[in-house]
Amino acid sequence: MSKRIDVADLNVYYGNFLAVEDVNINIDAKTVTAFIGPSGCGKSTFLRTLNRMHEVIPGARVEGKVMLDGDNLYGSGVDPVTVRSQIGMVFQRPNPFPTMSIRDNVLAGIKLNNKRISKSDADGIVESSLQGANLWNEVKDRLDKPGSGLSGGQQQRLCIARTIAVKPEVILMDEPCSALDPISTLAIEDLINELKNDYTVVIVTHNMQQAARVSDKTAFFNIAGTGKPGKLIEYAETATIFSNPSVKATEDYVSGRFG
Amino acid sequence: MSSNALTDSGSAGRAGDKIFSTAAMVAGSLILFVLFCVAVFLVKESIPALTADPADLKGGVSFFAHIGALIVGTLIAAAIALLLATPVAVGVALFISHYAPRRLAQGLGYIVDLLAAIPSVIYGAWGVTVLAPALVPPYVWLAENAGWIPLFTGPASATGKTMLTAGVVLAVMIMPIVTSLSREIFLQTPKLHEEAALALGATRWEMVRVAVLPFARPGIVSAVMLGLGRALGETMAIALVLSSGPMIASLIQSGNQTIAAEIALAFPESSGVQTNALFAAGLVLFVITLAVNMVARWIVARHKEFSGAN
Ligand SMILES: Nc1ncnc2c1ncn2[C@@H]1O[C@H](COP(=O)(O)OP(=O)(O)OP(=O)(O)O)[C@@H](O)[C@H]1O
Ligand SMILES: [Mg+2]
Repeated sequence: MSKRIDVADLNVYYGNFLAVEDVNINIDAKTVTAFIGPSGCGKSTFLRTLNRMHEVIPGARVEGKVMLDGDNLYGSGVDPVTVRSQIGMVFQRPNPFPTMSIRDNVLAGIKLNNKRISKSDADGIVESSLQGANLWNEVKDRLDKPGSGLSGGQQQRLCIARTIAVKPEVILMDEPCSALDPISTLAIEDLINELKNDYTVVIVTHNMQQAARVSDKTAFFNIAGTGKPGKLIEYAETATIFSNPSVKATEDYVSGRFG
Repeated sequence: MSSNALTDSGSAGRAGDKIFSTAAMVAGSLILFVLFCVAVFLVKESIPALTADPADLKGGVSFFAHIGALIVGTLIAAAIALLLATPVAVGVALFISHYAPRRLAQGLGYIVDLLAAIPSVIYGAWGVTVLAPALVPPYVWLAENAGWIPLFTGPASATGKTMLTAGVVLAVMIMPIVTSLSREIFLQTPKLHEEAALALGATRWEMVRVAVLPFARPGIVSAVMLGLGRALGETMAIALVLSSGPMIASLIQSGNQTIAAEIALAFPESSGVQTNALFAAGLVLFVITLAVNMVARWIVARHKEFSGAN
């Protein structure tokens, strides 16, 4: 598992509005990459183009290439459904399916495509996924209770368990901790550190310390002004971005002088 | 320090709260009061019929012997209507909310809303002039090939004015309202849950199955119940389309009758205790409608824990 992502000359549009312009970035397998930048610079927009989730929004489209281990996600004949089953996504607000139990939430992705699995296989997947999301011990006695009855942090880890249950190559996370308290945040950060043993992880965050703590590489996005497109300004080792960035705007941003 | 600064908050805002809560309360009580008055009226008018000498009543049988067939007829007509209308309505609503391109969806939604506003007598007229004759050949076929099923025992009606036709007309009549309400509910599915499904690699239909339908289920039940209410109480369409008669199992012969149609047809020529019997029939219809709704509420409430309300 886990594949690399290479993005070439990517533009993202909402209708006629160019939201993100000319992004080139190479993300290695089994690394954690953080996207940082001021609000509205297109981090979420760009992240969603990495598994074609932007196509859910009417009028959103891309130009350019996104390669997953050399295969273009936007090649002709590529089904976005296949793309998304290989590149999972965790959202800003925890969104377990409210009508499903904890167990069924974990199995939701597996049961798609009408795949039939035996009960013992299902039990195994539920346990290993919840273990993988550091949630097993907290919920193992109430797997049949609704997922919406968990705390926000637990719900978010349930969403991560649901994502890793389908064994994706890459996991995208859009501000996964912004709705959580510091303890839950730490739990997720620890989890991200473990996830990178098996997965390629890309995380959007507004929290510099978080980016510094969890990521190997950091990408700084910026926007010249409202109505202008967002751009990738600098992409380097996280240590470099935070201690010795080569662009002035990056230094201003990470040192808190703007944004 | 005798005065607590927290006690004297602006009273202007409070007045609004008071007015609103009083208004809501009055409106709520008013509904209960009207319901209560209707029930009292029906019961009062019904009692003479329940104790009447069968000889004074229509057909010379006691009220209870008479009403049984009508209850069955009413339930069968409504059941056919629901069975046919619900899948189609939910399908059309899903198509409008999640499949059709935006322009087409708007047009379709508009048409469906228009259909819901057509008076039932029009559906009845259509049923008797167009649908009933058109259904005669299928009924003949059914009688020949599926006649061993009691529901399709021949000989098929030559006019097509049968229970099945009445059920189909009712289905067509309630479909728009069920569609319209279901569509509104489907559109309210949280984007969050739809995206959660898609991000797991769900196709559009799987997304509907995993996120939209579970979210919408209580709403669909409510929509269907509204449709059912209309079907149970429908008068004109049935009166026009059904060639009524004694209770029979076959849906493709003339026969059977519903409570509402019976009341409408018999009312002008009834007097005295016969009129009371019609009120009693109305009371029964009232009770059936309440009971059906309560059962539906109960079904929805059983799944409350998983409804996402928490
Ligand atoms: N659905 C949409 N339709 C049209 N424009 C959009 C849509 N979503 C985002 N945009 C625009 O695209 C630009 C980038 O937005 P995006 O949400 O990607 O920013 P972001 O970097 O994720 O911001 P934040 O840090 O606040 O989440 C903004 O100008 C925004 O207004
Ligand atoms: Mg964002």
